[in-house]
Amino acid sequence: MDTLDTLLLSRIQFAANISFHILFPTITIALGWVLFFFRVRFAQTGDDKWMAAYRFWVKVFALSFAMGVVSGITMSFQFGTNWPGFMETVGNIAGPLLAYEVLTAFFLEAVFIGIMLFGFSRVPGWLHMLATFLVAFGTTMSAFWIIVLNSWMHTPQGFEMIDGQAFATDWWAIIFNPSMPYRFAHMMLASFLTVGFLVAGISAFRWLIGDRSREVRAMLKTGVAIGALLIPVQIFMGDLHGLNTKEYQPAKVAAMEGLWETQEGAPLVLFGIPDEEARENRMAIEIPGLASFILTHDWNGELTGLNDFVAEDGTVLHPPVAPVFWSFRVMVGTGVAMLLLSWTAVWFMWRRRALHQGRIAGHWFAVEGLPKPVLWALVPMAFSGWVATLAGWYTTEIGRQPWLVQGVMTTEMAVADVPAPMVMGTLVTYLAIYAALLFAYVGVIVYLARKAARGQDGRANDMTHSGKAQVAVLSPAE
Amino acid sequence: MLPDFANPADWLPWAFASLMGLSILIYVVLDGFDLGVGILFPLATPAEQDRMIGSIGPFWDANETWLVLAVGLLLVAFPQAHGMILTALYLPVFVMLVGLILRGVAFEFRAKARDHHKRLWNRLFFAGSLMTALAQGFMLGLYIMGLEQTLATYAFATLTAVFLAVGYSFIGSAWLIHKTDDALQRKAVRWGRESLWGVILGIGAVSVATPLVSTRLFDKWLSFPEVLYLAPLPILSGLLILWLWRMLRQMPYAGDARSWLPFAAATALFALAYLGMAYSFYPYVVPERLTIYEAASAPESLLIIFVGACVVVPVIAGYSVLAYTLFRGKATELRYD
Repeated sequence: MDTLDTLLLSRIQFAANISFHILFPTITIALGWVLFFFRVRFAQTGDDKWMAAYRFWVKVFALSFAMGVVSGITMSFQFGTNWPGFMETVGNIAGPLLAYEVLTAFFLEAVFIGIMLFGFSRVPGWLHMLATFLVAFGTTMSAFWIIVLNSWMHTPQGFEMIDGQAFATDWWAIIFNPSMPYRFAHMMLASFLTVGFLVAGISAFRWLIGDRSREVRAMLKTGVAIGALLIPVQIFMGDLHGLNTKEYQPAKVAAMEGLWETQEGAPLVLFGIPDEEARENRMAIEIPGLASFILTHDWNGELTGLNDFVAEDGTVLHPPVAPVFWSFRVMVGTGVAMLLLSWTAVWFMWRRRALHQGRIAGHWFAVEGLPKPVLWALVPMAFSGWVATLAGWYTTEIGRQPWLVQGVMTTEMAVADVPAPMVMGTLVTYLAIYAALLFAYVGVIVYLARKAARGQDGRANDMTHSGKAQVAVLSPAE
Repeated sequence: MLPDFANPADWLPWAFASLMGLSILIYVVLDGFDLGVGILFPLATPAEQDRMIGSIGPFWDANETWLVLAVGLLLVAFPQAHGMILTALYLPVFVMLVGLILRGVAFEFRAKARDHHKRLWNRLFFAGSLMTALAQGFMLGLYIMGLEQTLATYAFATLTAVFLAVGYSFIGSAWLIHKTDDALQRKAVRWGRESLWGVILGIGAVSVATPLVSTRLFDKWLSFPEVLYLAPLPILSGLLILWLWRMLRQMPYAGDARSWLPFAAATALFALAYLGMAYSFYPYVVPERLTIYEAASAPESLLIIFVGACVVVPVIAGYSVLAYTLFRGKATELRYD
């Protein structure tokens, strides 16, 4: 009983830490590239609006980066404090992957971020641009190695077990394990979508409180464009990832779909309350055959149900159903909301431009076209990427349970024998700190947005002198 | 002390222990100075605080990465030891992590938050730096005591905690002497003079306690002829301390000459003390319980990391030098443009 409590508490603690941590890399991975885009546009055009956008978002980047670093350090220690069994069993595989992350990514980011943040007037332009590029590249490399390790835990290969320890036999197979390409693409897209909606949402907020500066227009368009372009790609990639999961982790897919019995022509459960005692969904609303069609591309295709993953002696070898079922729906729902909102915004901006052809020469889209409800809808969606990303990770990670490394070791085998009250005490402290920091983080971003918007108001008159494009945009007829 | 270089199972653990030891030393010196600056924070005026932040701003991220590398190497090269050490140090590790979190984020928040919140973040920056230093000192003490958890070892660990925090303030002062001028520099000289005792007592306490922990360590240090070979360590350390003490009474020199000397001397002193400790523990990674050879990962896995490290570590050193060169000279308040 005592170890069970420690196990559960350690899992909650790790889940809390990794959930808090992933929020910030999710932002910095893509924001690094968006900053690089701003920086390149500035170098190409010499237009101050791109540098103003850079200066605003580089502060958010610095803040997110610091949050990511400190919560990441926490994670690297927790492997030892709470999960020593993990490295003792698969350390020969996980070790080199983690080491390569630190060596190729961490130092690159950590050194060049200093030049990126504080070097603009100290170093030549090309070096500042290079530093921005290297930071973005470093965050991506970091994501790559972590995703490689995580994917290997889902679809392990390229190793042999000797005396309960994994030994690598084929590094190529380990790195390019079957789920890695899908998971990496899915995560990169998730990061870009998170940043797209963050940039769009914060810019919409600045617009709504009266900031009509050229950088807000540029940022709003950049954000909406990222969202509208990538969300269809993400939905397609998610589908491919699902098919890959069905092949290698059928129990996870069965939990995602809430499918108890193996059957042909399985229905898609839109809503339902999975009941593990009764082994059925209560109050289910279903569309016949659709789950089979999505996963096998055949209305009568066969899908494996959860009941196939219960051993003769009653041992349950599938993940807890309800959390996987629900987090999957939250992720998909958020994705659909992203699709609807970004395409609505694009349509309004495009229509506005079409109605005023010639006046807004050279611009495909006009921010003025956005009606207030759309702008207001963009504001809360600023953090929608976080919701979808967390829900997606819960789906895949809880979906792997009871395994820590699929088919190789269970989560229970890895946990440290630390007294439960000690885990409880540290857990409560972490939670309190994380809640306070999250509150401060969002608060500071909103404060920075307000401050920037105020600064723009003061300079409102300068704007009309600084470029022909926006003279047209500000024309009184509108 | 040298391994058999023809046998990978022999030299790889040794190479990784050396690499890990080196990154811990680099960490202690580099993050030591920026933690020290954080501990000295409440002693400065608000304008001075902004300059102090400016003196560490472009570096602290990279400095902390050496800790990640060190614990990462422990994790990947000696997984069993990583588990044993960190489970034994569960609570001090937790305190250190909370400290690192607080100071890392306070650093960014104080520059961006509204003015009346800045005081809160300043306090958290100080508190986080102090917590981190104390926790690291406490862990050092327990580690020297062979991770035994008794009242006596806790008492010793408490002592090393205080000494390490004061030691970090000392190297922090040395850094500020180099990076600042005028009133703040004079203050830093005074802080350096006043915190030198922490270094002396810290090194003294560890030196006295180490041979008493086990007969193995006693013989390693105090038997003949080892004691002769090892004599340069304490003698050099003593000379460095005397030299620092003299320097700090006369600084700042006219025209700000040799303002980098105290930091260089402090680094040398830290390195000597560290070498002594490394000598004591080798070949153990968990004192008296687990050697680096017993704890090491499979040679094949180590070799893969080693190849990568040989390529990457010189590059890391290169661009670290680049960053320190770009931001050389006296610190100013940090600006994003």
